[in-house]
Amino acid sequence: MENLGLIFAPLFSYKLLIVLFFGTIFGLILGVLPGLGPTTGGALILPFTMTLDPLSAIILLTAIYCAGTYGGAITAILINTPGTPAAAATCLDGYPLAQKGEAGRALGMATVSSVIGGIASVVVLIFFAPLLANLAYEFGQPEYFALAIFGLTMLASIGEGSPIKNLIAGAFGILISTVGKDFMTSIDRFTFGINELTEGIGFIPVVVGLFAISEMLTQSTLINQIFNRVALKAVKLPSIDDYKKTWKTIIRSSGIGSFIGVLPAEGGTVASLIGYAEAKRWSKKPEDFGKGSIEGIAGAEAANNAATGGAMVPTLALGIPGSATTAVILTGLIIHGVRPGPDLFREQPEFLYGIFGSMLIANILFFVLGFFGAKIFARITLVPNKLLWPMIFAVSVCGTYSLNQSIIDVWLMLLFGVIGFFMRRYGFSVVPVIIGLILGELVEGTLRQSLVIFDGNWLMFLQRPIALTFFVLSLIALTFPLIKRKKKNDKV
Amino acid sequence: MNDVHNEKGTNKSLSLFFKSSFIVSVVIILISSILLYFTFTFDIVPPILNRGIQPATFPKALLILIIALTLLIYFISLKNPWKNEKKLPNSFYITLLSFVVFITVSKFLDFFLGIALLSIIVSYFWGERRVAYLIMVSIIFPLIVFVFFETILGLRFPPGIITNLYYG
Repeated sequence: MENLGLIFAPLFSYKLLIVLFFGTIFGLILGVLPGLGPTTGGALILPFTMTLDPLSAIILLTAIYCAGTYGGAITAILINTPGTPAAAATCLDGYPLAQKGEAGRALGMATVSSVIGGIASVVVLIFFAPLLANLAYEFGQPEYFALAIFGLTMLASIGEGSPIKNLIAGAFGILISTVGKDFMTSIDRFTFGINELTEGIGFIPVVVGLFAISEMLTQSTLINQIFNRVALKAVKLPSIDDYKKTWKTIIRSSGIGSFIGVLPAEGGTVASLIGYAEAKRWSKKPEDFGKGSIEGIAGAEAANNAATGGAMVPTLALGIPGSATTAVILTGLIIHGVRPGPDLFREQPEFLYGIFGSMLIANILFFVLGFFGAKIFARITLVPNKLLWPMIFAVSVCGTYSLNQSIIDVWLMLLFGVIGFFMRRYGFSVVPVIIGLILGELVEGTLRQSLVIFDGNWLMFLQRPIALTFFVLSLIALTFPLIKRKKKNDKV
Repeated sequence: MNDVHNEKGTNKSLSLFFKSSFIVSVVIILISSILLYFTFTFDIVPPILNRGIQPATFPKALLILIIALTLLIYFISLKNPWKNEKKLPNSFYITLLSFVVFITVSKFLDFFLGIALLSIIVSYFWGERRVAYLIMVSIIFPLIVFVFFETILGLRFPPGIITNLYYG
């Protein structure tokens, strides 16, 4: 707690403030553009961050994360298309309210609840990340293995779509991580005689392919789609009456979002859906939901922004990403030579608290920019896809090529783009692939090292209390969807 | 949940093979089986040097898990069929084809030319007909990106007929 003063350090560095400002603007633009978003944008900007020092680079990425998550609401409210998946629940009431001529009020509520959710989650991050990091001192290889398995099962359990499909996607992500020279024995695996593959498949080609290129292919199927745009005069601050109606919802959703965010899953998306459902359940007027309820907007937006800070907790404390975007941030940390985990809290508190502070400032910045600039950002959606996507392709290709100056990376990016398109088409989420890829080395490494420690005795895992706890939790996570489905069927 | 293959008059046993769940499951299992076969070709570490498990064991376990889970989703789909996806439009195939054009051109002619060609194909077939915009999207913008990456990040792009002119 003695480091709390370091939170304000970014305020006194003009360089960090400039990075924060541009990160917030870039995040808002990415959030507004349907199909892009902070994950793709973060992956695309990763090569550029190499020109920055580590703190500036991570601050840029976190500002994109915070602002991008909010930016999705602008498109959700004005054109009924979520700019990011996390804003899908915002469409349900945001657009109907905008159609009633209250787009400014809807956006005002989205902005205020996003900021409150975002700031609440940073507070959670500040207090819980060090606690979790302290706990991680007790972790050895078996505990990390069990934790990674728990992360993957949670992803299957509370992620979007079918749990089994999520598990397949997660296993596919881990499989990708096995390509290249085996780290323990230097034996080639799945290299097919291609020299460039001996180093393994990089994170950037996979992320850019699965998100940007697959989205480009998706957009190619929607070229005749027409958006019904609602006119926006100005963003209005919510009235006293609106606050009276929504304050409980905002607090509840901030808590839900922060909690869901900590669990490794599609943080914001799941959080906003649960936040919305809970807002409806507790509302005095549930019948208004879906018809332009101000509580619906508040419930969804506070929750998805609250997930941002929550998702940073395991990312920084354990090196386990809480969402797809934090997987990109984690990659950013690693390529800048920063190893997340308990040692980071002990050795580089100024770095960590700089991130915490920048997330707080990013939330305030997007409030100001969103409030005064939503009208301008909304105009970005007027850029037609027939011009936008070829430009995104050019940036994707150059960005992917730039990290290793490898043309194979570009081919892989296109391959993963096609795979991602078909995965999404048939109901497989691509997020578990990313998390699996990030966790793959940890899962295999800790498993094999644990077996060395245990002299090949698998049962020894069960004699470690923390590992056993994670395995039990994993089992619960796996059986939870089945119980939920059975309950649902019984009700029917 | 409406499945066109269950429509009146269709042969049910034959329609089973055209269901997306069947096709997707077969593709996943086929690819996983091929990869599983490759895991048997990995070098084996002699017992004296082996620490823990063989390098092939972990990928083998993953592939078996993927195959088992795929079989599971297929059998579940027999009870709860997947929703039928719309037929893909021509614009999708053209975009996919433009990827092939990009790969071919960037490998054999020039990386920058590949990007320019893809941009013009995609933009044109997605409906852009204004020449100025086509030039902007296929030449001016990639040029800006190219120069930006080259100067700011010090990136050296692969040699090609246009890139060589730039590098002299």
